Amino acid sequence: MNQATAPAIELKGISKAFGPVQANKDISIRVMPGTIHGIIGENGAGKSTLMSILYGFYKADSGEIFIHGNRTPIPDSQAAIAAGIGMVFQHFKLVENFTVLENVVLGAEEGGRLTPSLSKARKLLKQLSEEYELHVDPDALIQDLGVGMQQRVEILKALYRQADILILDEPTGVLTPAEADHLFRILEGLKREGKTIVLITHKLREIMEITDTVSVMRRGEMTATVKTAETSPEQLAELMVGRKVLLRVDKEPAQPGRVVLEVENLRVIDGKGVERVRGIDLQVRAGEILGVAGVAGNGQSELLEVLGGMRTGTGTIRVNGQEIDLTGKHSDARTRRKRGIAHVPEDRQREGLIMDYYAWENVGFGYHDDPEYNRGWLMNNDALRDDARRKIEKFDVRPADCWLTAKNFSGGNQQKIVIARELERNPDLLLVGQPTRGVDIGAIEFIHQQIVALRDAGKAVLLVSVELDEIMSLSDRIAVMFDGRIMGERLPSETDERELGLLMAGISDTEKPHDAAEVEQNLAHARGKVM
Amino acid sequence: MEKMPKWADVALIPLINLVLALVVSGIVVTLIGEDPFEAMAIMVRGAVGSTYGWGYTLFYATNFIFTGLAVAVAFHAKLFNIGGEGQAQIGSLGVALVCLAIPWPHWILALPVAVIGGALFGAAWAAIPAYLQARRGSHIVITTIMFNFIASALLVYLLVETLKAPGMAPETERFPPGTFLPNARDIFAAVGIEFGRSPLNIAFLLGLLACWLVWLLMWRTKLGYEIRAFGHSESAAVYAGISPFRIVMLAMLISGALAGLMAVNAVMGEQQRLLQDNVLGAGFVGIAVALMGRSHPVGVLLAAILFGALYQGGAELEFETSVPREMIVVIQALVILFTGALDNMVRDPVKRMFLRYGKRDPQPGTTPAE
Amino acid sequence: MDFLTIIQILDSTIRLATPLLLACLAGLFSERSGIIDIGLEGKMLVSAFFSAAVAAMTGSVWIGLCAGIVSAVLFSLIHGLASITFKGDQLISGVAINFLASGMTVLIAQDWFSQGGRTPSLSGDARFDSLDWPGAVAMRDAFRAERAGDGDPTGLSAIYWDMISGHTILVYVALLAVPVSWYVLFRTRFGLRLRAVGENPAAVDTAGVSVVRLRYASILIAGLLTGLAGAYLSTGLAAGFVKDMTAGRGFIALAALIFAKWRPWYALWACLLFGLLEAVGNRYQNIELVGFELPVQFMQALPYILTVVILAGFVGRAIPPRAGGKPYVKER
Repeated sequence: MNQATAPAIELKGISKAFGPVQANKDISIRVMPGTIHGIIGENGAGKSTLMSILYGFYKADSGEIFIHGNRTPIPDSQAAIAAGIGMVFQHFKLVENFTVLENVVLGAEEGGRLTPSLSKARKLLKQLSEEYELHVDPDALIQDLGVGMQQRVEILKALYRQADILILDEPTGVLTPAEADHLFRILEGLKREGKTIVLITHKLREIMEITDTVSVMRRGEMTATVKTAETSPEQLAELMVGRKVLLRVDKEPAQPGRVVLEVENLRVIDGKGVERVRGIDLQVRAGEILGVAGVAGNGQSELLEVLGGMRTGTGTIRVNGQEIDLTGKHSDARTRRKRGIAHVPEDRQREGLIMDYYAWENVGFGYHDDPEYNRGWLMNNDALRDDARRKIEKFDVRPADCWLTAKNFSGGNQQKIVIARELERNPDLLLVGQPTRGVDIGAIEFIHQQIVALRDAGKAVLLVSVELDEIMSLSDRIAVMFDGRIMGERLPSETDERELGLLMAGISDTEKPHDAAEVEQNLAHARGKVM
Repeated sequence: MEKMPKWADVALIPLINLVLALVVSGIVVTLIGEDPFEAMAIMVRGAVGSTYGWGYTLFYATNFIFTGLAVAVAFHAKLFNIGGEGQAQIGSLGVALVCLAIPWPHWILALPVAVIGGALFGAAWAAIPAYLQARRGSHIVITTIMFNFIASALLVYLLVETLKAPGMAPETERFPPGTFLPNARDIFAAVGIEFGRSPLNIAFLLGLLACWLVWLLMWRTKLGYEIRAFGHSESAAVYAGISPFRIVMLAMLISGALAGLMAVNAVMGEQQRLLQDNVLGAGFVGIAVALMGRSHPVGVLLAAILFGALYQGGAELEFETSVPREMIVVIQALVILFTGALDNMVRDPVKRMFLRYGKRDPQPGTTPAE
Repeated sequence: MDFLTIIQILDSTIRLATPLLLACLAGLFSERSGIIDIGLEGKMLVSAFFSAAVAAMTGSVWIGLCAGIVSAVLFSLIHGLASITFKGDQLISGVAINFLASGMTVLIAQDWFSQGGRTPSLSGDARFDSLDWPGAVAMRDAFRAERAGDGDPTGLSAIYWDMISGHTILVYVALLAVPVSWYVLFRTRFGLRLRAVGENPAAVDTAGVSVVRLRYASILIAGLLTGLAGAYLSTGLAAGFVKDMTAGRGFIALAALIFAKWRPWYALWACLLFGLLEAVGNRYQNIELVGFELPVQFMQALPYILTVVILAGFVGRAIPPRAGGKPYVKER
């Protein structure tokens, strides 16, 4: 095979297991040079693992890697870099208190002394930034940069190492649609230069928009590789899940009743003294779902946390007409629960569950001082276990074993435990953050149905999600947050992704046309304060 | 993810760790020209071969029960309390002040007050590092180490300047006889059993009671549920409405109180006066005991008895051979090293073994706890 | 207090600060790479013993020094094995190392010398000699001669002949280690990587640099420096090893490291401060300060109290390296 026609990347029979979990099973794939290749699949399908193997971050149990037709063993990242591979991880691998320049140079220094390396890198960096529209201040500290900028640094790092194969893992997760578009323009430019790009995502839209070919992964296996032009989102979704899926939630129109939650001029200052929520007013009525959309990091998480009693804030919050304590002794999550607020947190593994507790212990988590679970001074563990068995059955948690620790359940079943605990309390107000993050599609449908059922039972629901699809399909009303403020409210039937995207970028006047540069500037400005 | 049975975690691995520690200790003994099997025999005989040996073994064990429980309770809240030594020192001050305060007519009256004194003083010494950790985020390991040194300086100062009894040695007067705790020899003699002369006293029963109470606290009360939850995940605790400040404070106060109680055994039960160094490293042994005992009261009890035997056996070893007492410190260090720091060296192969010979059905697809 | 007394106190400050400084820099390298080291004390102790023991046996302090360094490096490797290779708890490993050193040294001392856990007293070539700087001796003699007469010299020259000159070589090595450490950490490739691995090991790993190798390198440097510190204790400052002779200096060094906010130059000042406290405490039993009488125990406890105050963040917050104490496990 000669160099011109050899695939840039060829993987043959790659397998990888983490303990008892088979993350990749006999995977083969070919990516031609100068193309953008998408890898799509659900959370946990093994996409990231596969690419981490290609980058030498993990070692495959078996299989071979060919780069430009040559068999190339990649035991570590150094070998990958030497083979011209660069990777932008989902969670950036940057040293926060180093400058951009230091981060770029790290690991690719020339000689033992630092100063010559740095000054040389400074020149090259300038050149690269101009060539690829990747402008960033080389002397800025990473911790002072927004996520979009940090991502640029990651790309620059790869280019500085003269990568001609660039892997990006879920690069748009933290970006607005406009920022994502800018990223895609950069990627197009790189492709024109002859670089090969692999894009890992779970978003069908991105695949359709930018890739030349796409591979679909399901449960650790590669189910298909097709030309993007010859496929459709529906077909890809089916390949991802293994059956036909409903991308919309079936629900009746809402019947909003009395106001359950009233928020007035809510402000939240975080531990670093940055104001994350900057004066929010909103209302949620009984029998409706208010969806809060926004790019991650624009204050939605803090809003949810204040309402759930995990943070303090200023302003006024009334639940069922009664004001709740925002800073004092009764501002904790325990008191919130007593006031009829249930909370499905954004991160079930760090917040919603104790991963080392048994399922039955987790079923009482947060409600453990309920008289139902107690007998005098001591806890009534029998009552907890009985309750757990009942909920596990009702919500079809698998395996149906209350003596398993939470970490032994899959993401979907973990989330079901949390949902069961919170929804079965029959709250007046349900706070839900990222309800389906890291949840398989089967469980997504179930969880969405449960949330809608709660609404239909006349409860108020506040939903925070960074997935626009989820917001669009679940919400009865949508509020868009940007830079700690609400940019506007829309009805799902009267808006579209473009308009919401502009609001998410902080542009409230959605009528007139806007160029990407304006959007970007706006975001950069906001992130300078928020991030 | 864990496909390892529970018994392997709580019994098999600690046992392998212990054997490793003993094997290395044996090598050390060989290197200094003694027969390790002979040494082992002397130690076992010395520790459990007579009622005298048992008396000392259980006396030491009582100290280690308290300091071990102290470390264990803090461990459950994910706090590493290295300050057991200092808390026990200050606890001894509390016990001594109680014992010296009035001419107690009978130990039954003195004991509960001394318990309160020791616990309160120990807890108070833990309170400052706890507060600094909870409110200011000061690393509790470092602050408790510093507090050990400060405690020792404080005690020396008090014994030299204010509490000193007439005479040369910096120590207090002897406690009044009304504070002397019943000795095992006397108790057994009352029922007609001859028991060797040893400092073993009624505080041992107090130690057993403490084990049971700690078990009850950790696994049967709301506070225990909250402490363990906090220890596993602070952010989850906040989500559940558990106040981190409250948990850090309470866990450390309980920990410090338990360490302080050691003085009831050592100071009130044996020395019957306050000496400059009355803890003699027992606070640190507590770390080894808690690690070996997997922070469970039953484990702590067993590990404390093991270390008690080690201390008593080590004393006999020094007496009968040329191996100095410091051999115990080496064994203790090796136990901490193997059960604490090098735990994965044993755990990973054992895990793999169970994975290979246990369930043989790797589940494809979804990654739990991704 | 006359001028000469001050000079004498400063002179002993430098002596007493030396082991602290070497240990503190050892901790600096280790912790900057993300390995918390509360076993400084133990490593100093083994080195103190082996350098004294080997010096006593061979009669050469240099061979003793080598033995001390080797022993401290070996203990470092145990720490590395536990905390890098087997991803164990670094604090617990440190505690174990301290006990291991405390027990082993006495055990071996007893086996080798049968003198109750100490080494024989060292003299002659088995100890580090003080180095007299050019002209120092002559200046001192001149000063004393003048003093014997009725002249009233200011004694300024004592700064040279007493404070600066007349220390053992390890004192100067320790002082020199400060700029060298600074240069290595902040001006070399190795230093950049070392600091990066203490902040975010994943960044170093994905940049194609071995986290394990870097951390072992830093641990070895820590071993070398604690080896020097221990050797100085038993062959420079004292004349032989006695049981537990480090007497908490490893922890004071740790305190100094926090005080210094993990920076080489600050480390120098912190160690000099703590050395000064010790020097003053050694010289005076109780000190009167604006009407209060400070007991000597207070002076001894002061470094620890100051560290707690610093940790409490009342006087400038100390932010440790972010990845400190956490074994590097590739995230999934």
